[in-house]
Amino acid sequence: MTPQPFDVEAVRRDFPILSREVAGKPLVYLDSAATSQKPQVVIDALAAYYSGINANVHRGVHTLSQEATEAYEGARAKVRAFINAAEDAEIVFTRGTTEGINLVAHSLGTQRVVEGSEVIISNMEHHSNVVPWQILCEERGARLRVVPINDDGELLMDEYEAMLGPKTALVSIVHMSNALGTINSAKDIVALAHAHGVPVLLDGAQAIPHLPVDVGELDCDFYAFSGHKLFGPTGIGVLYGKREWLEQMPPYQGGGDMIKSVTFERTIYNDLPYKFEAGTPHIAGVVGLGAAIDYVNGIGLERAAAYEHELLEYGTEQLQAIGGLRLIGTARHKASVLSFVLDGIHPHDIGTILDTQGIAIRTGHHCTQPLMQRFQIPATARASLAFYNTKSEIDALVEGIHKTFEVFS
Amino acid sequence: MSDLVELYQELVLDHNNRPRNKRAMEDASSTADGYNPLCGDQVSVFLKVEDGVIADVSFQGVGCAISQSSASMMTQNVKGKTVEEAEALFEVFHGMVTRDPGAEVDSESLGELEALAGVCAFPNRIKCASLAWHTMAASLNGKQQEQVTTE
Ligand SMILES: Cc1ncc(COP(=O)(O)O)c(C=O)c1O
Repeated sequence: MTPQPFDVEAVRRDFPILSREVAGKPLVYLDSAATSQKPQVVIDALAAYYSGINANVHRGVHTLSQEATEAYEGARAKVRAFINAAEDAEIVFTRGTTEGINLVAHSLGTQRVVEGSEVIISNMEHHSNVVPWQILCEERGARLRVVPINDDGELLMDEYEAMLGPKTALVSIVHMSNALGTINSAKDIVALAHAHGVPVLLDGAQAIPHLPVDVGELDCDFYAFSGHKLFGPTGIGVLYGKREWLEQMPPYQGGGDMIKSVTFERTIYNDLPYKFEAGTPHIAGVVGLGAAIDYVNGIGLERAAAYEHELLEYGTEQLQAIGGLRLIGTARHKASVLSFVLDGIHPHDIGTILDTQGIAIRTGHHCTQPLMQRFQIPATARASLAFYNTKSEIDALVEGIHKTFEVFS
Repeated sequence: MSDLVELYQELVLDHNNRPRNKRAMEDASSTADGYNPLCGDQVSVFLKVEDGVIADVSFQGVGCAISQSSASMMTQNVKGKTVEEAEALFEVFHGMVTRDPGAEVDSESLGELEALAGVCAFPNRIKCASLAWHTMAASLNGKQQEQVTTE
């Protein structure tokens, strides 16, 4: 069977927001790395949950509570299948990537990161994969080590390998960079750490909507991502953890749902994954995330990724043809991100001028200040793509950049 | 487009390209650093106040055209003024950039600062325009070393 061509116009009709206007022009949404737009099926799933099922989970014998629990646990099974985890118990719902990383830092981190030990991150991390480790290392008298990158925005794997050793307590590295688009060799990162018996957390916030992720094949110990970048609701995320780690880790927060029994003398913690899900969870968010995963599966992530790659190549060519524009992030393996700077024009001004053309991009440091320091720039303008974007939207971006030069001429 | 033309007036672009009084000051009587975490705009303001008069003022920093030109114009417009006059001017300026688009501007007190009047049509750029002013005010109030985040 020959694969069907990607029908982007049909896909666009699934996203109601894409038909709105900004500044009297059709919206050109090029900020999906910040958050993706939501298809109608996800919006509907939230409404259907609240209007037809709403109840607390794991707590009632009544019908609604049972249905809510089924919907909640059903979504967990969808997440497990989506990332190919071995069992549902390895899927912990969080508020997002940030909370997933903090969970590991607080729980496993306080066990493994001791005085004199080392935590390895990289130069291209989002602040949410920097600060939790910085806090932990400071508390513990441990050392934060940073894998450097080259001018294309690729990790220096030799340097990484040389950093690993008996002192290494943990590795936490981004799977795909939000500011550069670089896709790191996650499998190699994991294998090299495992050769030293070191667990690895992958920050999958950006990778999850763009690459098929198979945690079994990656063999990573933890994988964190956010629902809102995967066409799902805000406020919900996932931390995958291998059972062997989750079992031995202390709880992150105490409260309802995470216990089996409580007396004032002693509490017996609940089984996985509930040990890490204290309090009433974001049930509607979980249901919405499940709907988002169904939607993405329906589109087919591999097909979508191939289409996005075509767009990225087109965008790269178009932008590189503009005099006075420099792309930041030119890794051989990258996806969906076009970060750039213009000679003599600050990214913030670019953002404002594009906004008057209905074009939404992000400008700033993208929560990666150490990366900006590495490139000796204060900020970039970043256009980021999803499978609902089109070549004509990239043409609009190019036109907007020309207009920007005009305003400043 | 007309809002854009209003925003990026020639005078604004000129101050962005050739900022005035952009230098450090060795013998400043007070300094303060301002930072806009949203976009990374950064500005340091140096003041030399003698007998209640701003004898000299300068700035350093990096940021967008609006923040840089606003800082540059500010230095030109508060130099030689008393501390009270400078603070009063800040109030008028702040009123201008935060007013409802279409509302009147106190042209007389503002002079060339009126070039930034177009900022009010871009709510998320108000911070850029007011950063240097907030920083100057912090410096006048002796809040040295403290980081000012605006609004
Ligand atoms: C690479 C990366 N890591 C972590 C995060 C944090 O995600 P969240 O804010 O959803 O917790 C982001 C979001 O921008 C990201 O791009």
